[in-house]
Formats: sequence, C-alpha cells, structure tokens
Amino acid sequence: MYLIVAGGGKVGANVASSLIAMGHEVTLIEQRRDRFEALEEEFGPVALRGDATEIHVLERAGISRPPDIVLALTGDDEDNLVIAQIAKEGYGVPKAIARVNDPRNQQHFDLLGITLTVCATSGILGLVEHEVPQHGLVTLLDLRQEGLEVVEMQIAGNSPAAGKRIAGLSLPEDVRLVSVTRNGVGEIAVGETVIRPGDRVIAILKPGLEDRLRRALVG
Amino acid sequence: MKAVVIGCGRVGSAVAQQLAGEGWDVTAVDENEEALARLGSDWKGGFIVGHAMESEILVRAGIESADAAVVATSGDNTNIVIGQVVQKRYGIVCVVVRVLDPRRAEFYAKRGLRTVCPTQTAISFLVEEVRACDITPLQPSGPVPA
Repeated sequence: MYLIVAGGGKVGANVASSLIAMGHEVTLIEQRRDRFEALEEEFGPVALRGDATEIHVLERAGISRPPDIVLALTGDDEDNLVIAQIAKEGYGVPKAIARVNDPRNQQHFDLLGITLTVCATSGILGLVEHEVPQHGLVTLLDLRQEGLEVVEMQIAGNSPAAGKRIAGLSLPEDVRLVSVTRNGVGEIAVGETVIRPGDRVIAILKPGLEDRLRRALVG
Repeated sequence: MKAVVIGCGRVGSAVAQQLAGEGWDVTAVDENEEALARLGSDWKGGFIVGHAMESEILVRAGIESADAAVVATSGDNTNIVIGQVVQKRYGIVCVVVRVLDPRRAEFYAKRGLRTVCPTQTAISFLVEEVRACDITPLQPSGPVPA
C-alpha cells in the first residue's frame, strides 16, 4: 500500500516507521525544521518538509496517485480535518484517518464527514470506564459508519433482569445481547441463557437506546 | 439583522465596525480579551472572549439567531473548519471566510464555502497595476517576426 502520513511528531513518526517495517510505501510530511532534520536522518527520502495542509505540498507527496490511506496525525485538529477533507474530497483518497487531539472537536469531524478518527483522550477514558464502570454501561466499540455500538454491562443483584431468560426480557427492537461472561468464561447469548447477578453482558445496539437497555438490564 | 464576526484582529474588527455602522447587530469573538480595544471605546455591539471551535462560545455569541457570519481569525484552517461548522450545524447561509492560501480558498469555494482570499486579490491588483504602466514587454520566446 501507499500511505501519506501528515505530522512527524511522536505519533506520526512511530506510525510511519511501523508501516515501513510492514513493507508499505510511506511519505511522512513534517513542517517544523528541527523535527524534519531529525526525521530526514532516520527516514531519508521518505521524509518531506512542508505544511501538509497546503495542496502543493500534498501534491509533492503524491496525493494524486492517490495513496490508499492518508493519516492526518498532526497536533492540530483543524489541520487534521482540512488534510482529511482535501484528501478525500479533492483527490478521491479512499480512506483518511484523522487524529483528534481535543475530544471536544470530535463533533466537528463527525459533522464534516471525517468518520475515521482516533482520539487518545477518549480511548484512555474508555479504558478507565471499562475498569471502573460508573454508570453500569460501558461503550466498548463505536461503529460510527455502521451506526452501531457495542456496550458492556455488569448485572447487579437488584437488576430487573437477574434470574430471567434472555427471551423473556423486554428489550428495545434495535438491541441484541451478544454474550454473557460468568466467572471469566464468555458464552454466546441465546434466548435460553439465564442472566445472573455478577454477569457481564455485551450487547450491540443503535446509538440512543443506551438508557432503555440500561433500565432493562441494570435497573 | 444579526452578524457574528469571529476573529477580531485588524480585519475582523474593521468588518465588525463597518457592519455595525450599517445597522447590523454585531457580536465579535476573539480568544484574546485585549482585542476588544480594536473595536473602539464607543463599541455598542457584543464581544465574547473564547475560541470559536467551542460550540458554547458560538452559542453565546448568538450564532443560533445570526443572519451572517464572518470568519477571519489568523489561521486558515481554523477559519475553514469554523466556517463549515457555522454553515452546516447552524444552517447560516451567509458565511464568509477569510483564507490566505489561494489554493485552499479555491478548493473550499468549489465546495460551497464563500471564501475571500486577500492574497489572490493582492496578486491580481499588483499585476493589474503593472499592466497599467503600459510598457510593452519584450516579445516572449516564440517565432521572431520577419
């Protein structure tokens, strides 16, 4: 594959060197002179100096081939959004993945059609929530493009679902229970599976139904 | 009519003052508190301190009831993103965005953003002024007339 990586900081440089080690062809764009000089020493001609939000810089990097993927990994969310938009809408790059530095900017990426995003802050918070569930329902996976999400719940003793068969639960239409983990062993959820206190249940659902699912299983 | 002017530097502040002078109800937004001074001591419009990438700041500036928005911060990409957000999330038809880089200005103009590129304007004017000197240039490379 051919990939353009915009932003040669810690994230961009490490991603680029991993991609090269995997056998992919990469161009790594960095604007800052000090960073670029270090990158040039490490990467040689793979490194390209310039502002990756400037179209002529992207063209020098081969945006019109077009690459299979453009990774917008700078420390600036506005820059990442513009790079991803130019790649997708201007040059028909099939996939643009953008880094979101400030999770409050996620909504702008969603609104402007940049659906493939990575946000370290949200990821870390997700992990914390997974380890210390506060609201009884943790999002494991957000399938934005598909309009689905995968969540996990812990069943307490006073749960309205405790002791009931899954087939007997009144769940919203766009919710499916996927698995039930008991004493560390996961089983695929079927109609006959009985929910017990202490179980961890994974479900797939359409966004917006979290509260109704929580009321049915967690209480 | 209500206008929100985002970025209250040399350009934004002058646009805000001029629109206010033409009877618009104007609120200016800038990250820097001191930008208020640019609007003059008799400024009667609104002024909000904050970054317009934050929806809360836009809402406080009255974006939901605005008829027009001018985006002229010092960052091209910031302007491009805020301009699109204002257009798409708040449905404002008259959004004018300053973009200094001619190619990005053209790219987003083609996608329905009303961009204004002072660099391109300067280029055109400079070339026009040279032409106005009415000096016949040497024949560019080509067949030499007999």
